Amino acid sequence: MCTEVSDITNGIIQAIDLIMTLNPEVMQIAALSLYISLSATLLAAMIAIPAGALIHFNEFSGKRAVIILIQTLYSVPTVVVGLVLYLLISKSGPLGFIGLLFTPSGMIIGQTVLIIPIMMGLVISALSGIDRSISDTLVSLGATQFQKIIEIVRDARFAILSAVVLGFGRAIAEVGVAMMIGGNIRDHTRVLTTAITLETGMGNFALSIALGILLLVIALIVVVILNLITSALSSDMQQIAGGGPNG
Amino acid sequence: MIRIEHLSRSFGPKEVLRDIALEIRKGEIFTLIGPSGSGKSTLIRLIDLLDSPTSGKIFFDGRDTAGPEKDRLVIRRRMSMVFQKPAVLNTTVAENVAFGLKFRGVAAMEAEKKVKSALHLVGLSDLYSRRAITLSGGEMQRVALARAMVTEPEVLLLDEPTANLDPVSSEMIEDLIVRINKRFGTTIVLSTHDMLQGQRLADRIGVIMDGLLAQVGSSSEIFYQPKGRQIARFVGIEAIAGGQVIENTGGHALIRVGETCFEALTPIPEGHSVSLCIRPEDVTLTPSDSISQKTSMRNRIVGRITKIVPSGPFVRVTVDCGFVMVSLITRRSCTDLGLSAGARVIAGVKATAIHVIPEEGAPSR
Repeated sequence: MCTEVSDITNGIIQAIDLIMTLNPEVMQIAALSLYISLSATLLAAMIAIPAGALIHFNEFSGKRAVIILIQTLYSVPTVVVGLVLYLLISKSGPLGFIGLLFTPSGMIIGQTVLIIPIMMGLVISALSGIDRSISDTLVSLGATQFQKIIEIVRDARFAILSAVVLGFGRAIAEVGVAMMIGGNIRDHTRVLTTAITLETGMGNFALSIALGILLLVIALIVVVILNLITSALSSDMQQIAGGGPNG
Repeated sequence: MIRIEHLSRSFGPKEVLRDIALEIRKGEIFTLIGPSGSGKSTLIRLIDLLDSPTSGKIFFDGRDTAGPEKDRLVIRRRMSMVFQKPAVLNTTVAENVAFGLKFRGVAAMEAEKKVKSALHLVGLSDLYSRRAITLSGGEMQRVALARAMVTEPEVLLLDEPTANLDPVSSEMIEDLIVRINKRFGTTIVLSTHDMLQGQRLADRIGVIMDGLLAQVGSSSEIFYQPKGRQIARFVGIEAIAGGQVIENTGGHALIRVGETCFEALTPIPEGHSVSLCIRPEDVTLTPSDSISQKTSMRNRIVGRITKIVPSGPFVRVTVDCGFVMVSLITRRSCTDLGLSAGARVIAGVKATAIHVIPEEGAPSR
């Protein structure tokens, strides 16, 4: 009990030390984590936001079922995504020729697949949260279908930001894909979560805790920056011409 | 400006509008009045092409509005609409007002100028860069009005624009509506369940009851000559049912209701069943012991007061004369006459103040 508590204290001290001294190996791991998860978040957002809008703004049979499927996929285990992707991109798999296994690119793809459902589902509910009267108002003001969708997405920006932030959180915190697709190769595919797993296995609890704290610090920075961007977006909108003389 | 022919709209099995025929003239203020749920909003949405009729046609400036969305958009952009619940987007007031211009691709410089003058019109120039969601309901509705007017529409549609507002804000919106109509010649179609508002604003009024356009006419036609008992009720007239014309000499009729005979003006020949519509403010009350001085009052009926209900500066006095008559008098005269429940009074009404409608003319049910 006593040693565990001191491990936590030591971990905190060590974390501060690692961050202050900019330990090159730790910095490299942190940077790679950030690079992979941010790329995955960006990629997923580029797919999930338009796809979510497409589902929300169109009426089709089975819409309800599609939404339920998406929501079910919120809980897909990271190791299952890792496993399926592994089978696809391993040497003998159908996509093996691209050589993505044990590369950062492979990890980005894995994390993208992992977080698309949750982002898409939350984008759909963000858009559903915009009152129907807003949509009517925009149409009555002469918006084309496209102009209407753009304005509604813009109006839902804060809720959509939450979807993106949550997606990023799931990506940077996951181990399954990083381990199975990345392989935790030092200086190549080792990220914070796989490093924590490794160090914990080797009994370096303090270092593990330090890495955990570092991960949260990175998450904090990313979330703050995303919030700043969204706020800036609202005050800058006046300058954005937007729409165009359609119809 | 807008012509509607045989228009019906159903939502599933429910027929919300039935066979509406209506012509809205260029430059007029046309008010649709009717109780909640009568189909007013549905009709206004159809006129703004936010919805399509189940059957029937709407012509805008002579053009059939049915067609591909591209053509409907062109027509829709000649109109503007203000909704009952003002919906603003989460951005500045100026940007909210600018939406219509942005959608039409108006250049930023020109748009800014127009937004400023639209906000000036509704008296909200100071709120230019305020966040729209922080406004009060009345301010939001004025922003909605500025937003609708900024594109200089030929037709302005307003769906119960003051239903959610306090009296002061309502009055402000009403003033603006009249000003817009006078200054820009904008054709205005307004729906309301407040019949007095309809009377204050409208050149012409259409009464919608149960999905049917029950009557169209000037406000005095609607308020003094309603076509049926339902309309009469809605416009605040107490109708007395169960009368019968017992004599008619050249439009001057004698109508018996129970034990009483009324004199009234109507071409309806004798033998017909009729209802009598009497506006409460046309009914005078005098204490029953004051055996009458000279008066032009033809109809004087003795009755007993059953209820006295204050209504603003007035009181509504319900008198049981075998049938019910309601009188609207000022509080002062109520006190001066010493009226109280149970007292006997004489209710008087001029023959000319009685509007006679044939019993079967009422849209029954």
